[in-house]
Amino acid sequence: MPEPMGFFTDTTVCIGCKACEVACKEWNQLPAENGGIRELSGDSYDNTRRLDGIHWRHVRFIEQFKGPYDGRWLMMSDVCKHCVQAGCLEVCPTGAIIRTEFDTVVIQSDVCNGCRACIAACPFGVIDINPVSGTAQKCTLCYDRLKVGLEPACSKACPTDSIQFGSIVELRTRAQKRVDQLKSQGVKAELYGADPKGSLGGLNSFYLLVDEPEVYGLPRNPQLPSRNLAKSAGFSVASAAVLGVLALVGLRKRRMDDMGGPGAGGSN
Amino acid sequence: MSDTFFSGAPHWAWLIILYFFVGGIAGGACLLAAVVDWFGGPEDRPVVRTGYNVAAWGAILSGALLTIDLGRPLRFWHMLFQSANVPALMFKGWSPISFGAWALLLFGLFAVLSALGGMAEEGRLHNPALRAVGGAVRGGLAKVVGGVAGLLGVFIAGYTGILLSVTNRPIWADSPWLGALFVASGASTGAAALILLAPGRGATEQSLARLSAFDTKALVVELLVLVLFVASLGSVNRVWIGFWGLVLLVGVVGLGIVAPLRLHLQRRPLASAAKLVLLGGFLLRVATILASEGIERYRVAAGM
Repeated sequence: MPEPMGFFTDTTVCIGCKACEVACKEWNQLPAENGGIRELSGDSYDNTRRLDGIHWRHVRFIEQFKGPYDGRWLMMSDVCKHCVQAGCLEVCPTGAIIRTEFDTVVIQSDVCNGCRACIAACPFGVIDINPVSGTAQKCTLCYDRLKVGLEPACSKACPTDSIQFGSIVELRTRAQKRVDQLKSQGVKAELYGADPKGSLGGLNSFYLLVDEPEVYGLPRNPQLPSRNLAKSAGFSVASAAVLGVLALVGLRKRRMDDMGGPGAGGSN
Repeated sequence: MSDTFFSGAPHWAWLIILYFFVGGIAGGACLLAAVVDWFGGPEDRPVVRTGYNVAAWGAILSGALLTIDLGRPLRFWHMLFQSANVPALMFKGWSPISFGAWALLLFGLFAVLSALGGMAEEGRLHNPALRAVGGAVRGGLAKVVGGVAGLLGVFIAGYTGILLSVTNRPIWADSPWLGALFVASGASTGAAALILLAPGRGATEQSLARLSAFDTKALVVELLVLVLFVASLGSVNRVWIGFWGLVLLVGVVGLGIVAPLRLHLQRRPLASAAKLVLLGGFLLRVATILASEGIERYRVAAGM
């Protein structure tokens, strides 16, 4: 059994070249958006804007500019987090979403029927429909490459090693060393998703960030969709019970009518 | 900011809205038909037969809407059987969309059987096979089949709200009250549908008056749950500042709950109030689904 594999993304060394995006599209044969007709976002140098069914990698540009000479760029190559406790896998009604022997999360396109429950379940907004297949798609952590001993296309293409691929245990050690190094230089650096006792049991694709998670478009405390199940079901049952009693009281044939006794014709 | 604002919209739009609305009506009408079937009198039979008919056609329409909405409609059966391991069943008790698929199938089965029983009672079945099934249901099993259909009906009306809550989307996952709200709305719209359709099958004034009285109580429950729903959203309520908030306030609360309540209290014509209740039930699904659908993750992250 192979050990859990994943990505450690050090955002401090990302240069926004998008080689990972291109390598991902090329290897996975993902179609161009809008038939290849370029659409600019108009308010950012980031024209990909989001992860979806045909963008499994997205280099997020965070442009923090207060004035023309006062600001910074933050760049982060975003991808599926391959959560140890995955919301998408939890809700998928067809069994299309599976956990692989590498502890990664993969959508089987030949099983998915495009119900889109996984899209709403993912706390990171990673999944979307691929319009060509009509099914939900996302990063597979290059399952086909892993099977033959190759590393994923994106990390292979990354020229600065911002995206590092390896065993999760080894990546965590490496990431902590990098955080310590940055902190010793006075940089505010934190790991996001590296703690196996943290949200969702840890993320098999985790990040080194130098600002708050929300700045990178990441939820502070991602949770499983099932957290709401018991409470929501309980309130629904209570509501059904109240209405059931009201129906019973209001719609039954009043016995007093039948008996012709006192109170006949009563409540209605 | 709620963590739900970083998730992606599942593009559940008009077909799903229509399914939630139709499923609510079918489920609510079936519950009421079953209650009247068990505890009503002979003069209430038109209401029972109408309720089972609404449930049966609603279940069939619901299944069609859900199938058409899929990205790959011909794979709808993947929700029921393991596609690579047929005939092994596909069922996840912790996933509302999974147990909902099974519940809808069973609801459809029991609602259609009940409707056939009702049609046999009216002597309207001419096909020999259908007449045999309808006759069999009518001959002793009717109340049991109807009772099961009624219980499954409440489930169909409510699980759609639970399904929305068991996600990571804004509004839906920020409140545990959507399921309860949809149950109440299913009951009120189910009663409204019966008030409008049962006279066509010869329902008496007395039966309709009882349904109307029940609808008044269901609307009060719906209003109370709606208030709890909005209160539970907390800071997320800022999403209602805009068009969908107007739809919720004017369309759902004003036209769909308060106006029919007033008509009921003034003992005005039943049909006008029933039509408003149906409009309110539809707008409730429109507002709750589209208000969340409109929130795009990348715009939130970019502070737009």
